[in-house]
Parts: sequence; C-alpha cells; structure tokens
Amino acid sequence: MKYLLMIYENEKIWESYSQDETRQLLGEYAVFTESLHKGGGYIAGEALEPTPTATTVRIREGKRLTTDGPFAETREQLGGFYLVEAKDLDEAIAMASRIPSARTGSIEVRPIMDYTKNMG
Amino acid sequence: MPPWPSILEQTYRADHGRIVATLIRVMGGDFASAEELVQEAFEAALQQWPREGVPAEPRAWLLRAARNKAVDRVRRGVRLGARVDELEVLARLEQELSSAPDGTDWQAHPDDSLRLLFTCCHPALAEDIQVALALRTLCGLTTEEVARAFLVPPATMAQRLVRAQRKIRDAGIPYVIPELDALTERTRGVLHAIYLLFSEGYAATEGDALLRVDLCAEALRLARLARSLLPRHGEVAALLSMLLLHHSRHRARVAEDGGLVLLDRQDRSMWNAAEVEEGLAQLEAAFALGAFGPYTIQAAIAALHAQAKRPEDTDWEQIAALYHRLSELAPGPVVELNRAAAVAMAKGPEHGLALVDDLEASGRLTSYHLLPAARAELLRRLGRREEAAAAYRRALALVRTEPERRFLEERLREVI
Repeated sequence: MKYLLMIYENEKIWESYSQDETRQLLGEYAVFTESLHKGGGYIAGEALEPTPTATTVRIREGKRLTTDGPFAETREQLGGFYLVEAKDLDEAIAMASRIPSARTGSIEVRPIMDYTKNMG
Repeated sequence: MPPWPSILEQTYRADHGRIVATLIRVMGGDFASAEELVQEAFEAALQQWPREGVPAEPRAWLLRAARNKAVDRVRRGVRLGARVDELEVLARLEQELSSAPDGTDWQAHPDDSLRLLFTCCHPALAEDIQVALALRTLCGLTTEEVARAFLVPPATMAQRLVRAQRKIRDAGIPYVIPELDALTERTRGVLHAIYLLFSEGYAATEGDALLRVDLCAEALRLARLARSLLPRHGEVAALLSMLLLHHSRHRARVAEDGGLVLLDRQDRSMWNAAEVEEGLAQLEAAFALGAFGPYTIQAAIAALHAQAKRPEDTDWEQIAALYHRLSELAPGPVVELNRAAAVAMAKGPEHGLALVDDLEASGRLTSYHLLPAARAELLRRLGRREEAAAAYRRALALVRTEPERRFLEERLREVI
C-alpha cells in the first residue's frame, strides 16, 4: 500500500535552531531518506517552503477566490512529506516514527486511495 | 447427544468469535466479509443439521462451511487481471481446505482470536471503538448489546462499527499480533475488552440467564494468553487474578432455581478452590511486578472476599479503603456505588446511604437498576421500610434480567 507521511511542525522551530543544529537535523533527514531508498519504501519526498509562500485557491459559486496564506491557521504547519510504499499501517507508522521531526512535531499517516479496490 | 438446536446455539456462543477470527485471517483482514460468511455457515447448519444430523465436530464443520463459501465467493469475484491480494486469499483458502482434514484443523491457529483482539485494539482506532469492535466481532455480542454497554443508541453504534471496520481495511491495519514494543501500546484496550467480555458473561445485561459461562470462559482464556504474551506486565496478571477470583464463585452465585445468590449468602464450600488459589498467586505476581492499577485493586478486593471463611470474617475496612483508592484511580459512578456498599458494611448503613444519596443527586446512573436497588437495601437495613419499598419498585422498573427481577420482587415482599 502507498502512504503519505505528512510532516507537521511549528515552522518557527526551524528559525530557532542554530546553524549547527540545522545542519545536524538536515543530516538526520538525509540518513533517514537514504534508509528509505535502501529499504525499498521510498516513492517520493519533498520539503515545502514555509507557509508565508502559500496561496489558497477556492471556487465559490463559480468564482475563483485567491487568498494569501495556508488554508487554516494552526500551531503546526505542513512542512514536507514522504510518499512511501509499506506492507501495512504498522510498517508506515514505523517509518513515520523514524522521521526526525516526529520528535518535535507530528506526522500524519494517510493511505493513498486505491481506486480499483471499491470497484470489484 | 443433546438436540441440534442447543448444540448449534452452544457452538454459536462459544465459538462464533474464533470462527470469525480464523475467517478474517484467511480473507486477508476483511472483517465484513468474514462476518457475513460465518453468518451464512450458521444458516447452512440450520438447514442441514436437522436433516443430516449433527456433525461429530460441530465447530470444525462450521469453519469448513464458512471457508467453502469463501472459496466460492472469491472464485466468483476473481476475474482476469485480478489483483494479487485476491489471488493470495484464494491460494491461502484452497491450501487450508486441502491440507486440513475435518476436526483437526481447529488447533492449527490457536492464536487467531488473540490476533483479532490485538487488531481491534490497534491505536489507530479510538479507544472506545476498539473495545466495542472486540465485543462485537470476537465475542459475538449483538450491536444492540454493545450499544447498551456503551450507553449509546444502536444506530450510532452500528455506524461506528462500520466506520472502524472500514478504517481497518482502508488504512491497512494488519491482522497480526504486534511485535513486543507495539504490544504494550495496545495492552490497555486489550485488557479493557477482556474485562468487559467477562463482565457481560458474569452479569448478563439482558435475558433469562444470569451467567453466560461461555463468555466468562473465553475471557479467561484470552486473559491467560495475554498473560503469557506479556509476562512482565503486572496489570495483566492482576486482571487474570481478578477474573479467576470472580469465576471461582460462579457456581455458588446461581441458586438451583436460576436465581441470584449474593456474596453473603453463598455456600462458600462451592467456591472453586483451585481457581481461588491460582487467583491469589496471580495477585502476588502482580504485586511483585509493582502493579497497583485499577485491576490490581479490584483483584485485591476480590481476594479479601475469597479469603474470608465466613461472610462475617470479611475485612470491610480494608475493602472500603481499596474502593476509595479505586475511585481516585478510575473514577466512575459504578465504582462509587460499590464503595458506598463497602462503607455501609464497614461503618454502618447510614454512612453508605449518604454516599448513595450523593450519587443519586449527581444525576448519574439514572437508568441503572443497581442504584435504587442498593439504596433500597440500605433503607431496609435501617428499618425505613416504606422508603425501601419505593426504591425496590424503582429498581424493578429498570431491571432487565429475569433472575434479578425475581430477587428484587422477593426483597420487596419482605418490606411491605
């Protein structure tokens, strides 16, 4: 099954890190990503620019509304993701728990919808 | 051999959960299909047994029937270009059917029901739904019975159960006994489910029978399995202890006419000495493992009752103190009610009555027959007969099992 591991974190936390701390964390991310490549679970993964760069688009009554910022103001923001292949939820949870930001933020694990499954 | 309807009913009660558990495994974790197939197998038995006679191994027969139906269904569903997992299910089913002669295959996967229990108690499911799902699927309680245990309308419960089954399928919650590190994360839900299963068996919420020994036996079996899986977890030992100590009294608890016999009137020579002994040993083990949680306290209370040779030897002071601790650790109206009863025994009925009145004033437990029943009992002991009679009548309006109704009616007659 495919799962999206969404990394939510208070993005201010990255501003609070010293250069050394940032370097160390990025190093941990590199190691983690490498382990996914080796383990065969990696499909895709990206980090996002912080929320001030976000634009939200809605269509209401046929009209497009474009607004500055993310969809909702929350304490934690979506900062990046991994798309992985895992045997089951437990394996996906195990992967998610090894993401460095799991220690400071939270990782939402969501299965990717399998369109063929409900069509049998 | 007893007549087929009672054998079928007995098999349903004792083995429904285990048959479903096995089916879920061979169906690759598909809860809904497994339940349907087992239902169909029982319907087939209803048709065939009266004609062809009861098979020598009823549950093996049912398991085989359910699996045959599963093979049919999967074969029908599998098309050209079928998905890998469908083919895997089919291969697994056919292999199981060809390799297992009737009657012997039952022992092949003794841990299926534990696998089911741990799946129901996966932390990705909300805690109250974990337990509800376990009671429904593993214990074969009806949706109505589960709804009653959780005090919600049946339609709400049905919806929650369907949603949970869907999440298990769509989120890919695996059908396995987890590795040790994940095991402890699920222990709470597992213990709670076993506890509720036993409670449902020990004091059935509805019907003619006071006890459903089959449910109690299954709860004990699961508690023993959990104990062997988690040997260093003190609360597991405590739960097993508590279940053993209660179970040891079950024969003394029901009178010859099926009526309820309260603790102080039970023939203590009918208590199962081996179970008492084992229960006390498990409590020792729980203490040795440093456990002092809700199950340990309840086991300790049960142990104090078990150790009293006569009712008047019961250490009520100690029991009231333990209930006090329990109400701090696991607060709840039922605990309060039990504490009131213990305080009444330790200090006198007027002290207990004050606690019961507080509880009643709080507006909790308004539909629970044991609240007015306890109040009635204390009023009776205080000689306030008219008030006692009113309280017995209120309890009678709420009671749902026949033996308890008879018990309350008898008491009412004593005070009017």
